[in-house]
Amino acid sequence: MLSELGHIALILAFMVAIVQMIVPMWGAHKGWSDWMAMAVPAALVQFALTGLAFGVLMWAFITSDFSVQLVASNSHSDKPMLYKVTGTWGNHEGSLLLWVLILTLFGAMVAWRGGNLPDGLKARVLSVQSAIAVSFFAFMLFTSNPFVRLLNPPFDGNDLNPLLQDPGLAFHPPFLYLGYVGLSMAFSFAVAALIEGKVDAAWARWVRPWTLAAWMFLTIGIAMGSWWAYYELGWGGWWFWDPVENASFMPWLVSAALLHSAIVVEKRDTLKTWTIFLAILAFSFSLIGTFIVRSGVITSVHAFANDPTRGVFILMILGVAIGGALTLFAARAHVLKSHSVFAPISRESGLVMNNLLLVVATFVVFFGTVWPLIAELTSGRKVSVGPPFFDLAFTPFMVGLAAILPIFAVMPWKRGNLSKTLQPLWGVMALSVAFGALVWVLQTGGSMLAPVGATLGLWIILGVKLEVAQRIKLFKVPFSESWRRAVNLPRADWGKAYAHGGLGILFFAIAAITAWETEDLRVMNIGDRFTMGGYDIVLERVEDLRGPNYQSETATFALERDGIIVARMSPEKRFYPVQQMPTTEAGIDRSITRDLYVTIGDRQPQGGWAVRTYIKPYANWLWVGSIVMSFGGLLSLTDRRYRVGAPTRKAKTPNAAVPAE
Amino acid sequence: MMRLVLILIACLMAVQLWAVQPDEVLEDPALEARAREISKVLRCPICQSENIDESNAGVARDLRLVVRERLVAGDSDPEVIDFVVARYGEYVLFNPRFTLGNAALWFAGPVFLLIGGIISWLFIRRRSASAPPQDSLSDDERAKLDQLLGD
Repeated sequence: MLSELGHIALILAFMVAIVQMIVPMWGAHKGWSDWMAMAVPAALVQFALTGLAFGVLMWAFITSDFSVQLVASNSHSDKPMLYKVTGTWGNHEGSLLLWVLILTLFGAMVAWRGGNLPDGLKARVLSVQSAIAVSFFAFMLFTSNPFVRLLNPPFDGNDLNPLLQDPGLAFHPPFLYLGYVGLSMAFSFAVAALIEGKVDAAWARWVRPWTLAAWMFLTIGIAMGSWWAYYELGWGGWWFWDPVENASFMPWLVSAALLHSAIVVEKRDTLKTWTIFLAILAFSFSLIGTFIVRSGVITSVHAFANDPTRGVFILMILGVAIGGALTLFAARAHVLKSHSVFAPISRESGLVMNNLLLVVATFVVFFGTVWPLIAELTSGRKVSVGPPFFDLAFTPFMVGLAAILPIFAVMPWKRGNLSKTLQPLWGVMALSVAFGALVWVLQTGGSMLAPVGATLGLWIILGVKLEVAQRIKLFKVPFSESWRRAVNLPRADWGKAYAHGGLGILFFAIAAITAWETEDLRVMNIGDRFTMGGYDIVLERVEDLRGPNYQSETATFALERDGIIVARMSPEKRFYPVQQMPTTEAGIDRSITRDLYVTIGDRQPQGGWAVRTYIKPYANWLWVGSIVMSFGGLLSLTDRRYRVGAPTRKAKTPNAAVPAE
Repeated sequence: MMRLVLILIACLMAVQLWAVQPDEVLEDPALEARAREISKVLRCPICQSENIDESNAGVARDLRLVVRERLVAGDSDPEVIDFVVARYGEYVLFNPRFTLGNAALWFAGPVFLLIGGIISWLFIRRRSASAPPQDSLSDDERAKLDQLLGD
């Protein structure tokens, strides 16, 4: 009964979405304010109905209602409660419902908080947003209904894929979706602006928080997935350049570009058409990330044929959204005029370079991801594109980005002077290069990866510190004055500092872990010991244990330094009987400079276990860097200008509202 | 991350081997190191996108053993890779060969960058064509102005 309620709520939400797609748009076109105004209640009702449907589905999972097909095929009564809840979105249908839930939530937020948005713009934005919702509701109701009942409910369910029964992966999709859907907001604003033919500072200030939020959530989501892969897959890999990862990485790169170009629109009233284009591009990649991954088309052309209905539907949504928006762009972009000018050496130019590098890097990733498909379609060859290609083709862009970042982050708007900007940075540059050289000497030659990564990482971090120090006039005025300046510095500037600093940390971490990782593989019996990286590692025991819905072979290793036990690690090999699937849980001893990472493999025929040990230098810095980066996004998001002094169209000089940097 | 799920469905369920096994490792550390490097660029043919070093599938083990056999027989690294490609096809190469067929892939980045760079340059030049003359304030005047503006 309850399930049918969810189904009906979904159908009603679909109806409301259709109305909300048409009426406010027509009203805005005709200038009828009552037609426009209906977008607000409609958006709220749409959210409420979708929320109800989602709640019902979650309830079915919590109570293990196996008469619902989705629950029966993706849940089990023995599963821990946490994973019953997160299992709601651990499958195709449920994750789509979560996607739409977030979509309608964001729509409702614009409706609820958008009081100061001009009526016409608000109506059009909500209408476009609703058009996206319509396509998703239709997709769900016609091809992927989560509420299908089973005539003969099974006694127990099929269980959730054990790999998804993990906190890292349980919350990975919601964050990614928050990111993808946040970009839908930027898309809706872009399309609405194209229809209106007006893009100004106020528009940019509306778009930027959504982009910022989307980027921040994507950062968290991607980092979580990476963190999960690191400890769960048993060899401590954290990035694989896999199509599915790339699908989430491309929107991240484009949204990073977009949030930089939106600053230019907001503060300098230029780069408008480009920003609109980026907004469309960012959401296009989100859609590709959401759908192409599901259709399996990237893995193989043939997977597409497995479920033609879904495939055709996906193609239609992609075609209408991306094709439609780009057509509109082509037809209307010329009406967006920019008035301001800037010199070739200026922060604007720096941000153009930033955008160029990020977008070309995105296309390289995109090209590499779809190349197997192109090759198969054009010449019938089956080829693979993997990490070696991406490392080679993608990294140079990031190196370029890191090289120019600290310079143009402090370059004045409009017209700068390169030698003047560089003057305080020479010291930082020298220090960074010296650090890189030191690293090179310490590792006694070998790959240039770590020295280059260390140089760039430090260059960015010190550049950030120098920028903040200059802004608060550290050591130039009394400390109390510097403190006052630091407190008064807009949060957006702190956000910028943290986001850039986090990137610097990531550069270092990626280079260090890639270059310096060491590995050991051996067969060990109970009581055996070996030395690695200055530690003695002892296999103390292996026990057979039982989890709520799995069996586990848990090993205990002692980590000794100079005969004293400093840590114990317990890697596990689990077996989930319902899904007949083994998983590994690595034993990790984390510290600032390195992770010691142990996994236990199969029992060997001649006795003992295969034991794999890694020392992963600076692994934690990967997660710390990501957290610092997203914290920067959060800080920027809470900037005063988004909370009060809400964007209005009256402000003539965008610079006046924000202290010039 | 769904791919990882798919991989493990594809690879894990059938055979339970954990990537490189101790019994596969070569006595000679230099040869073994080369084997590992080669393994990193070879794809497990039945997995989603794992290299043979990481994969738990039986065929990946076979490939690892083949690689080591060839190395012990005295093949150079490219010879080993050619040997594997001759039997399993270009598909096992994670790094697509630099051939005519793959030229578009390899040139995509530089060409995009060149085109984008030219467009950006034209854009910046147009934007700056009517730029006002160099800031006419001297450093002293600027300092004074900053002071007045309270920054």
